[in-house]
Amino acid sequence: MKFGVVVFPGTWSDCDFHHVVSEVVHQPVKYIWHRERDLGDVDCVILPGGFSYGDYLRAGAVAGRSPVVDAIRDFAAKGGLVLGSCNGFQILCEAGLLPGALMRNECLQYRCQSTSLVVDNVDTPFTRGLRPGQVLTMPISHGEGKYHVEPGTLAEMRAKHQIVFRYATADGQVTRAANPNGSLENIAGVMNEGGTVLGLMPHPERAAESVVGGTDGLLLFQSLLGALVEDGTFLKR
Amino acid sequence: MKVRVLVRLRPGIMDVQGAAVQRALVGLGFSDLRELRVGKVVEVDVDAPNEAAAKQRVDQMCTKLLANPVLEDYTIETIEGKITV
Repeated sequence: MKFGVVVFPGTWSDCDFHHVVSEVVHQPVKYIWHRERDLGDVDCVILPGGFSYGDYLRAGAVAGRSPVVDAIRDFAAKGGLVLGSCNGFQILCEAGLLPGALMRNECLQYRCQSTSLVVDNVDTPFTRGLRPGQVLTMPISHGEGKYHVEPGTLAEMRAKHQIVFRYATADGQVTRAANPNGSLENIAGVMNEGGTVLGLMPHPERAAESVVGGTDGLLLFQSLLGALVEDGTFLKR
Repeated sequence: MKVRVLVRLRPGIMDVQGAAVQRALVGLGFSDLRELRVGKVVEVDVDAPNEAAAKQRVDQMCTKLLANPVLEDYTIETIEGKITV
């Protein structure tokens, strides 16, 4: 599977994603500069975290209207896979590729911590190697991660299983205390109707090697590659 | 033509920033403060033949970038004088 990692001025997780794709899951990967209008030959585009264009006006607002995002819109319309993490999630919402918006954390603090996420939908290319209700541990690092969406849209999203990850306790209970940023219904990650565009505030790329303290993020990459077998073990390369 | 855009969080959306500023003001003795919400002001100088055309152009800017309809409402008014930078 060929990956492209988009780089805006102010992106900071591009190298981490590039490293995981090339050195951990051993797939071809290239950087895509924000001025590009042609993504080239890729199967999955990654929008990493950071502070694109300084996050001026609103987080992801300017990036959401940049030339490369127009190309990503076309790519997504043709069924291409798009993964946005942290600022990448904010950009996908600002671009209208995902419903809702991300606001200032309710606690007003920048939150940089480990979180537990319960998986609500495993019928996606990004989560198909997971069990329903499985709990993953991944870090968050953001000041604007409080997910908001209008009630009508939320009901539609629920019906179409577009809510993929929710903040939970270590044993998978979705509680107020487990919500680090005040997100509506503890939402941490959502996808589009077609299941091809996923955005999440946590950082899977920062939990993809045991040396950094966890490998649950790797499960998303492994799901994408179809390398997981039914019993939860990885296929040997 | 100089135009001022006021971007505010839509009614019913919790304004955590405003709540923090309100708490600070109450702490400073403004116990009569009943409600406070923080918004954004964007001042624009646009090349347009008349007020209506300027407002229409700025409305397009709001739809395209300046406001996020999921969270925010906006109002547009023309202003006199030089924009202070």
